Amino acid sequence: MSVTIAPLTKKDLKSDQDVRWCPGCGDYAILNAAQGALAKLGIPKENFMWVSGIGCSSRFPYYMDCYGFHTIHGRAPAFATGIKTANPELSVWIATGDGDCFSIGGNHIIHLLRRNVDVKVLLFNNEIYGLTKGQYSPTSPVGHRSKSTPVGSVDRPFNPLSVALGAGATFVARTMDNDMKHMTLTINQSAAHKGTAFVEIYQNCVIFNDGAFNEVAEKSVRKSKTIDLQPGQPMVYGAEDEKGLRLREFHVERCTAEEADIWDPTDASPARAFLMAQLDQDPEMPNPIGILRMIDAPIFDLEVTKQVTDAVEKKGRGKLEDLIYAGDLWDVE
Amino acid sequence: MTQEIGTELPLQQQESVVIRFAGDSGDGMQITGNQFTGTSAILGNDLATLPDFPAEIRAPAGTRPGVSGFQIHFSSSDIHTPGDAPDVLVAMNPAALAVNLGDLKQGGIIVVNTGNFKATDLKKAKVDPSPLEDHSLDGYRVIKIDINERVKMALADSPLSSKDVQRCKNFYTLGLMYWLYSRPLETTLNWLEEKFKKKPDLVKANQMALKAGYNAGDIHEMFQGQYEVPACNTMPAGKYRNIMGNPALSLGLVAGAELAKLDILLGAYPITPASDILHQLSNYKNFGVITMQMEDEIAAICAAIGGSYAGHLGITATSGPGMALKGEAMGLAVSAELPLVIVDIQRAGPSTGMPTKVEQTDLLQSIFGRNGEAPMPVLAASTPADCFDMAIEACRIAVEYMTPVILLSDNYLSNGSEPWMLPKLEDLKPFEAKFRTDPEGYQPYSRDEKGARPWVKPGTPGLEHRIGGLEKENLTGNICYDADNHELMTNLRQAKLMAVRESIPTPEVTGASDADVLVLGWGSTLGPITSAVDKSIVAGKSVARIHLRHVWPLPHGLDEIFSRYKLILVPENNLGQMARILKSEYPTHNFHSYAKVQGKPFTTTDILAKITEILES
Repeated sequence: MSVTIAPLTKKDLKSDQDVRWCPGCGDYAILNAAQGALAKLGIPKENFMWVSGIGCSSRFPYYMDCYGFHTIHGRAPAFATGIKTANPELSVWIATGDGDCFSIGGNHIIHLLRRNVDVKVLLFNNEIYGLTKGQYSPTSPVGHRSKSTPVGSVDRPFNPLSVALGAGATFVARTMDNDMKHMTLTINQSAAHKGTAFVEIYQNCVIFNDGAFNEVAEKSVRKSKTIDLQPGQPMVYGAEDEKGLRLREFHVERCTAEEADIWDPTDASPARAFLMAQLDQDPEMPNPIGILRMIDAPIFDLEVTKQVTDAVEKKGRGKLEDLIYAGDLWDVE
Repeated sequence: MTQEIGTELPLQQQESVVIRFAGDSGDGMQITGNQFTGTSAILGNDLATLPDFPAEIRAPAGTRPGVSGFQIHFSSSDIHTPGDAPDVLVAMNPAALAVNLGDLKQGGIIVVNTGNFKATDLKKAKVDPSPLEDHSLDGYRVIKIDINERVKMALADSPLSSKDVQRCKNFYTLGLMYWLYSRPLETTLNWLEEKFKKKPDLVKANQMALKAGYNAGDIHEMFQGQYEVPACNTMPAGKYRNIMGNPALSLGLVAGAELAKLDILLGAYPITPASDILHQLSNYKNFGVITMQMEDEIAAICAAIGGSYAGHLGITATSGPGMALKGEAMGLAVSAELPLVIVDIQRAGPSTGMPTKVEQTDLLQSIFGRNGEAPMPVLAASTPADCFDMAIEACRIAVEYMTPVILLSDNYLSNGSEPWMLPKLEDLKPFEAKFRTDPEGYQPYSRDEKGARPWVKPGTPGLEHRIGGLEKENLTGNICYDADNHELMTNLRQAKLMAVRESIPTPEVTGASDADVLVLGWGSTLGPITSAVDKSIVAGKSVARIHLRHVWPLPHGLDEIFSRYKLILVPENNLGQMARILKSEYPTHNFHSYAKVQGKPFTTTDILAKITEILES
């Protein structure tokens, strides 16, 4: 049966709620990109489901005119797992932040990724706690001075891409809130993936951590400080795409554009993706954006529901009577 | 069978008997007990059972912490408890004897496996000198049998290894008890055929051990005679099966979902003593049941709430420590006003406490243990079979009122068993869930006459909306921090809880409509309270009883009932949690808390003694 779906516009996905992020917040751009990308997916809007936890980013569902559930701190992946498994027809999205996702929700995100539930995760990483007003986060760099670390933090941060890869994520990507074109592309790519898609977005918090990503994401340096990894494309970067990267044994080296390797995120081994994720550590190297990993794996919600439909098919829909009137029975006259 | 029962030895009738099987946790005492139970049930006895096993999977063999026990009370009259003191103790080793002897009735029978009473066995059990030799058992009838040797001889021709032969000891012992209480072997013989279908050697060996034990009763004249406990003829007519609390609860959840025309989504995390609910429901996939073993207790309830949000019946099952972890998510379910059933199989706390022992200490946690004003109905099952009815009731309230509901059971109910008179399906009243699909005039937080808001499945066109844990504006559900609106919403949520009272019955009083003492119980204390009050009434005492299955909100009519009694005795396996609530809800009445927190249920004797003490003071 084919159903004709009236195409959506960006406006169709705007809710009637006043957006309450700070003026200049990177979240506005993400909201704009998501509304634009989702409108074009050919999915009826009643099938979009946004789930979030707690934090600035987690207000996201209120601003999307579709189904939305703003839940509790860190647990959005668990709610989303329940929702998606109950109804695999839905297009389920999670909006989360670096604290929500990797501090309080660390346990849930890794299990969502390992199960490969068909849910898309947009991580708004601003390396700071915004809603609680300025404490350092699990992605803040060592030495970060914040309200709770007046002389600098001593914790080594998580690299979100590495954590996702380590948890067995089947789709891992990164984009930036100040590059609308790339962000829209990446959201589209994540939507097309079957299984959990994990997208880190460099997101600027104008109030508590303004310019955290300027060194790599600022428009004037972006081309030479980041490398956009796209499937089947050469690994080139630089103002004129004149520089390249190639993988040699267990390290990445710089080379000319002509010498650059072709990037393949579908490789069975995540080893190369790990190497690329670690480039952030090296100030001489560009930060990776684009798609680090994109593989096929069994999808949790489909596997779970298949066990149920298979059982019904094999045994027939269970009858309560058979369940109750079972085992050793006896009559009392 | 060629053996004629009781041809040579006198057959005496007994009204009721309590046997406790005790041995090492690897000795198969739970199987032995369950087999005796099944056979007795089919014979028509009323019965109640209680296993008692260690939290450790296999504590060091032969030690006291490794002792596993199973008690069965079977009777030709109505019974309500697994019995206070065993008439018969089967002790497979010195540790089992040492741990259980104190409970045995004076003059009771001890069947002891002397094959396990060597010096090393005594040392492992820290028993010195041997109780078989120091006259400490003089007040009992001690039947000494070297079961190790007997089994070895009986299975001399078996191809099994000598180690595997020894593992048939429990069936020899069971055979002996079948002889002593004139039980047929067929049920167990058939069970063995089925159980070891693919291992004919094991079927044969265990069947031979069972028969050898049975025949030994006649041949060796160990006992002075055989006993018979006739069928119970006071049980209501109907079809029965024996059932434990957790299986009954699981069936009740499936039944509740059917009556609501919903599919179950269970989110769970393994925890003693609730894991069996996850195990059992995971076998009901052809009933549309989805089970998800999540990464922790919090994820388990969150997945279940997600399931409810998407139009399934979300359920989570846990015990006290898990309840503590789930608190924040329960608050969200209250605020989002979604149906959800939270099962708490209570165990002894605080913290990890005693995972395999009983307590009723989660009552206040269940009623009040959340941040903010987060009212939730709380129910409590009172017997193993009642777990079925109360699971249905929990589903009904959750669906009709769009609310999370807590169902309390406990370790005594979950593993205890009793005959269950099976319900007629047509007697189960449906409560079909209604999903809103009409966009006309839709408001997420409008309410019906019960105070329930509309349930909308995501995917329904035209009803897109956003909800969450932030305070909502009345009707629209939009985020709202307005002072008056918050008070209104708080009161509306409370009013919905109180509206549940309109759908629950006032519990009936058993005994005199006015008396000196009313014994009030909730949960698993029903058995010992019933036995004790029945005995008191027979003895002419001025006592009555009442039992609560809906523990929050409390049903209508209690105030009037309480006014007819001079004193209300409240026995609880906690330090008086329900008594505290009753004192605050009904301050004009005279409540008297009776606490027992030993990880063990009340005995009939406990409560009888307390009633007597109160009446005499």
